[in-house]
Amino acid sequence: MKFLKAPLLSLIALSALGLIFNFGLNAYFQLILLFAAVNCLMSMSLNLVNGYTGQFSLGHAGFMALGAYFSAYANTHWDLLPESVQAIEYFIYALGGGLLAAFAGLLVGLPSLRLKGDYLAIVTLGFGEIIRVALLNMDFLGGPRGYSGIPGFGSFLFSFIFASVWLVICFFTIWRVMHSTYGRSFLSVREDEIAAEAMGINTTRMKVRAFVLSSFFAGVAGSLFAHFTNFINPSSFTFLQSVNAVIMVVLGGMGSMTGSIVAAIFITALPEALRPLQDLTGVDLRMVIYSLSLILVMILRPQGLFGDLELSDMWRKYVRRSS
Amino acid sequence: MQDFIQHIINGVSLGSIYALIALGYTMVYGILKMINFAHSDVYMVGAFAAYYFARFLGIENNPGITTLITLLVVSMVCCSLLGLAIERLAYRPLRKAPKLNILITAIGVSLFLEYSGQVVFGADPKVFPEVMKDFVLFKIGDIELKSFDITVLIVSVIAMLALEFLIFKTKIGRAMRAVSSNASVASLLGVNPDRIIAFTFIVGSSLAGVGSVLVGMKYPKIDPLMGMMIGLKAFVAAVLGGIGNVGGAVLGALIMGLSEEMVVAYLSSTYRDAFAFGILIVILIFRPAGLLGKYSVEKV
Repeated sequence: MKFLKAPLLSLIALSALGLIFNFGLNAYFQLILLFAAVNCLMSMSLNLVNGYTGQFSLGHAGFMALGAYFSAYANTHWDLLPESVQAIEYFIYALGGGLLAAFAGLLVGLPSLRLKGDYLAIVTLGFGEIIRVALLNMDFLGGPRGYSGIPGFGSFLFSFIFASVWLVICFFTIWRVMHSTYGRSFLSVREDEIAAEAMGINTTRMKVRAFVLSSFFAGVAGSLFAHFTNFINPSSFTFLQSVNAVIMVVLGGMGSMTGSIVAAIFITALPEALRPLQDLTGVDLRMVIYSLSLILVMILRPQGLFGDLELSDMWRKYVRRSS
Repeated sequence: MQDFIQHIINGVSLGSIYALIALGYTMVYGILKMINFAHSDVYMVGAFAAYYFARFLGIENNPGITTLITLLVVSMVCCSLLGLAIERLAYRPLRKAPKLNILITAIGVSLFLEYSGQVVFGADPKVFPEVMKDFVLFKIGDIELKSFDITVLIVSVIAMLALEFLIFKTKIGRAMRAVSSNASVASLLGVNPDRIIAFTFIVGSSLAGVGSVLVGMKYPKIDPLMGMMIGLKAFVAAVLGGIGNVGGAVLGALIMGLSEEMVVAYLSSTYRDAFAFGILIVILIFRPAGLLGKYSVEKV
């Protein structure tokens, strides 16, 4: 059971952190923290496709929407387990939402991942839009009115622990995958597709696998989002949400897990931090600053803030050496 | 039957607007192999430039041919300046960078224009100046040919013929084709690729300017996010026809315009945006190079 040690330890650490936040912060900051957790899931999963495998997906919000709507529907219509073990039911539905998103990822990925770079971006973008338009037209899911009355956890502590469980699962799954032969294949697809093919790697299959795993966790993120906000509507999952995820991955460094976590927390906190500026100038400058920083990062530091280094690598490179 | 012909006329008129914007996408792709996501927002800025200029001159309630031509020229000039600035400031530093970075930069520029547009112009829609009076030019049976549709058709055909002349009959057009097929060899033969690329951006953006005035005339409500949907559809049209291929862009745009009109007329108007992407996905699966595109073999 040695392989469970690190995940369990980090889960305990996160839960302890949640306990501290539970008493130390007010509800406003707690909600921001929960959204940061959702965004962490989004950016970590997108990092697998955009960062490690070198493909470009612009439809991550579509998969998130699938997970969110599945969870919302299941939680309000089905009743698998008694009230006392409600959390397990939520977990199962999140899993189901993830699986639905993963299946959709397979359907989208199989044909479109044969295409190169730009086209993939457009197809995934189109797919995200199609999901959104379809949701707008589905009356039993609320249509444009949205879906309200999704049960939540009630307390911040439980929500945070639930999110931490998924964060830990996501982080360690992707981490382990990236340090296995599969991870090597993903990286080789990114570095040079033709060379990878010459080494006997089925590049399309590798891309599809990365894409499916990534959309699974996007679905889970959607499910968490539905529980935390208790209300979803199709306009929560627009093109902008996908772009947001891309910005996190790019800012954190394409191919850096810890980088995408840091960037996700940063991007979630930034609009709140910029609120005084908005009050001061009276106009919403957040997206202008976002997009400008995106362009500047691309021109000045194309590999992102962390590059493909992890926080632990940075520690080794800069801190330990100097001592 | 009469309805059907009326829909065809509307579809062709819509398609020729798409074509003007799609040409910008396809020209930039042909020469740089990049999707210029910011193109649709150049188009948006063109519409606003025309709006503000018309108000500045006080001709917003003065429909007529002169107004149309003035606004077309203003919008073309503003768009080409903006296109030139984008190319110079955002894309040129990344000429040698990986494709993914250029794509992300393009999205960044597009978002930047959209949201600075919301800050500068305000997020609420504005009413585009009355460029022309909409009247029924002539009638065949129950089929009405309106002056708007005719104007759209005439202006876009003139613009496309001018483009055709520019690309295939002039010296700089030959240079553009040379850079598009191989930039490094073209530079060995005395063509400066950077200048040609800048010129391509100017031409593509000014076509977007033409499109913006025509759309403003036909659907007189402009807002900073107006470029998003029409840009995506024009892009789909360019891919449909075979991106990088000038004739293909026009063909694809006509198909898009007609099919969208038909979907709205005979199916459901809520699905028309999803339908455009549906076409795109089907095309990319069965014929990734587009209808008129050529397959290229990747050499190592």
